[in-house]
Parts: sequence; C-alpha cells; structure tokens
Amino acid sequence: MIELGNIHKSFEGREVLKGIDALFHEGKTNLIIGQSGSGKTVLMKNIVGLYTPDSGKILYDGRDFVQMSKKEKVLLRREMGMIFQSAALFDSISVLENVKFPLDMFSDMNEADRIQRAKFCLQRVNLQGAEDKFPGELSGGMQKRVAIARAIALNPRYLFCDEPNSGLDPQTSLLIDELIHDITTEYSITTIINTHDMNSVMGIGEHIIFISEGKKEWQGCKDDILTSTNEKLNSFIFASDLFRKVKVAAMQ
Amino acid sequence: MFIIHGLTTFGRYLLLMGRVFSIPEKWRVYMKQYAKEMSQLGVDSIGIVLLISFFIGAVICIQIRLNIQSPWMPRFTTGYTTREIMLLEFSSSIMCLILSGKVGSNIASELGTMRVTQQIDALEIMGVNSASFLILPKIAGMVTMIPFLAIFSMASGFAGAYATSLFGIITADDLTVGLLHSFNQWYVWMSIIKSIFFAFIIASISSYYGYTVEGGSVEVGKASTNAVVYSSVNILFADIFLTSLLS
Repeated sequence: MIELGNIHKSFEGREVLKGIDALFHEGKTNLIIGQSGSGKTVLMKNIVGLYTPDSGKILYDGRDFVQMSKKEKVLLRREMGMIFQSAALFDSISVLENVKFPLDMFSDMNEADRIQRAKFCLQRVNLQGAEDKFPGELSGGMQKRVAIARAIALNPRYLFCDEPNSGLDPQTSLLIDELIHDITTEYSITTIINTHDMNSVMGIGEHIIFISEGKKEWQGCKDDILTSTNEKLNSFIFASDLFRKVKVAAMQ
Repeated sequence: MFIIHGLTTFGRYLLLMGRVFSIPEKWRVYMKQYAKEMSQLGVDSIGIVLLISFFIGAVICIQIRLNIQSPWMPRFTTGYTTREIMLLEFSSSIMCLILSGKVGSNIASELGTMRVTQQIDALEIMGVNSASFLILPKIAGMVTMIPFLAIFSMASGFAGAYATSLFGIITADDLTVGLLHSFNQWYVWMSIIKSIFFAFIIASISSYYGYTVEGGSVEVGKASTNAVVYSSVNILFADIFLTSLLS
C-alpha cells in the first residue's frame, strides 16, 4: 500500500501539485487520470523519487520515502518496477539482457538461473523467441511488454506505469492493460498507472483518482465514474463523443 | 554573469564527479562495461589515430625539410625536429584534441540520448547509481587506452616520416640519425602522462554535458557540441600547465 499525504511540488514558483492526498491499494490497479499538464507525471515522479516533494509524506507500507536516507531509498527502489511511456529499454543490449539487467545488478543468482528467470519473465508477457532481438527491432507494443518483463524480473512490490498505452493501437493497448492487471493480482503488487486513456479506465480501473490543475478532484472506481457529478471529471471523461453516448445509454 | 555561470557549471561538474567515483555496486557488471568502453572508446579510435598521425608525421617531415633547408643546417635536423614535435605535442595534445571530437561527441550524444529517452531514469528507479554505472567505466576505459593510442600515434607519425624517404625528400639514414639524436626517454613518458590527464578531461567533461541534458534531440546536439568545445578548451589550458610542470 502506498499513501500520499498533502504532497506539494513547485517549479520556479509555479505550484504544480497542490496538496494531494491519496491511498493506493495492494493487489489492485490504481489509476491516476487527468488531462495532459494536470500534474500526473510530476506526481508519479514524486512517488518514485525522481523528484522530491516540497512538503508532504509518501508512505510505502508505512515507510516514509521522503525522510529516508539515500541508502534506504536505494534499497526501497529495488522493490519497485517501472514502465515508462517510452519503454526506456537499454537500446545497446538485447531483449534478454534488458530483462536480465536488474537480476545482474541485484540478485545473487548464478548466470544460468538469471537467464532462466529472464526467459520466464519474457514468457509471462508472451515474448518467447524475441530474446536475441534488440529493442530497435521491436514494435511499440513488444517494447512495452519487454519493459513489463524487466519491471517484474525482481518480483517488485510496487509497479509504476507512466502512460503504458501511449502510441499503441486499441487492441495492443487492451493486451497491455490486461497483462498489467493480471500481473498485479497474480503477485499482489501495488500498481499505479498514469493514464488519460478512457478504455484503460473502464477496463482495469479498480481504484481511480482524478487530478486537475494539481489538485485531487475525485476518487472512486470504474463503476462510479459514469455517474459522477463532479463537473471537471465529467468534462474530462465526456470530451469523447463515444463516452457521451455511453452515458446517455446508461441513464436510459 | 559569465563567471557565475562558469562557477555553477563547475560546481555541478564536481558534484557529478562525486557521484561517479563511488565503489561499483556489482564488479562483474562494472568490468563488463569497462571492457566495452575500452573497445568502443579506445580500440575503435586506433584507425583514426594511425591515419592522422601517419600523414601529419609525413607532412611535418616534408615541411621542415623544405623550409629550413640550408647548408649550415645538419642533415639530421629534419628527423630531430619531426621527433620532437611528434613526442612533445602531437601524440599527446593534438591527438587528444582530435579525439575530443570523435570520442567526446560520442559520449555526450550516447548519454544525452539515454537521458531524453528515460533510460537513465530507469536505472535510477532500479536503485542503480546511474552516474557511476555509466560514466566511471568510460573514464576508466579512456584513461586505460590513451597511453596505447599515444604510443601508436608516435609510431605511426615516424612511419609517415619514413614514407617521405620513398619520394626522395629525405634519406632514411638521415632521418634515422635525426630521430635518434639526443633522444630523451622522458619525452615519451611526458607525452603519456599528459595524454592520461587529457583522457580524463575528454571523458569526464563530455559525460557531464551528456548526462545533464534536459529536453530533446536539439539539446542532445547542443550537448555534443558543448562537450567537444569545452573538452578542447580545457585540454589547451591543461597543456600549458602540464607542459610547464613536466618540462
């Protein structure tokens, strides 16, 4: 479980996060949604420690990440996996080496076991046979799957995904969403996904927080979202013609 | 304003170097990276070093032979002067200025691209000291390989000088006498010592500019340019200091 308490963050005098409180549950896909520029990515970067909040608490199962020493942060980070918007694979090494990298750095397994574990992770994301390929030779969806395999190699307790469907077609997006959701429940991971893809919201949004202009405006689950009365949330969701029609149908 | 900017950059460079020089987390992975960097930055530069040194050695020999030709000059002067130029300046300073273009831009663009494609962020989130993991093997690899490159440069320069004898510009015997005349072994060591300092300058400054890129491809291009310019300027300043210290 990850708990945020009154997170503030400013850049050059401009306040981007204005006191965000949130709770992200274990074994569930927790979504952060909001328009581009609403502060989603800044919030996630604060949670994973790429930025330090100006004030507030970030508790990982009760452990305050902000107050930790550098050494403690490094140890906690080994419990995290992250899937970036751009996949962020190391392009000079093969797919297998990418997945094996965290094992090379932080596990005491021997080489044969590390290879076996990396192959298992690739199998888990249905990428067997792509071991010797380089990231540049893969499609966007395959790169995301390699990123998921790399993120789960060390059995993380916390998984972070920054717009995992960005640049993917709807069918591949669905596959990636299902994969993240399955892995989350299978390994009981606390997963946080940044997205503005409404298909993801309606597909895997077990716990959702909506932020707008750096403030948390709404929280709930995918079943509550269509009936919400929050104006900002409604103008975000029903910007799409398809979802307007869905709402009308639901109300009828 | 310029001074404040310079001091700020220098301070950030020192802070980065503080992160770089830490004990590697996994020696096995570090040694693999170190071997890769020695190959990429050192072995892959042998060709250009040999080529440029060969032609510069030949050109120095021809220029000296043609420009200081006089009955009062001993015949070994050409070989002697060629040797002094190659050992004292070309094989260390000029060769490193050339390498700052090749290796410096390579390092800055590689790290800059890793930064803008979030590969460095991915390392940080895994709990890896990305500065040490990426930059330390580059500095170590470059410092290890540069003495060999300096020696190859000297040898290739002399080979170029000998090649001019094939065109009758100077006889091989006169050249040999000149190359051996009043030979001071310390000059070879001086060249190697200087090149080691220059290798550190190239690898660390280029890494700084690449690692600290913010933005996109335009900024990566700017970082590559800055890496080459600032490495070259620092090599020139360090050359004055080291030459006066070691001579």
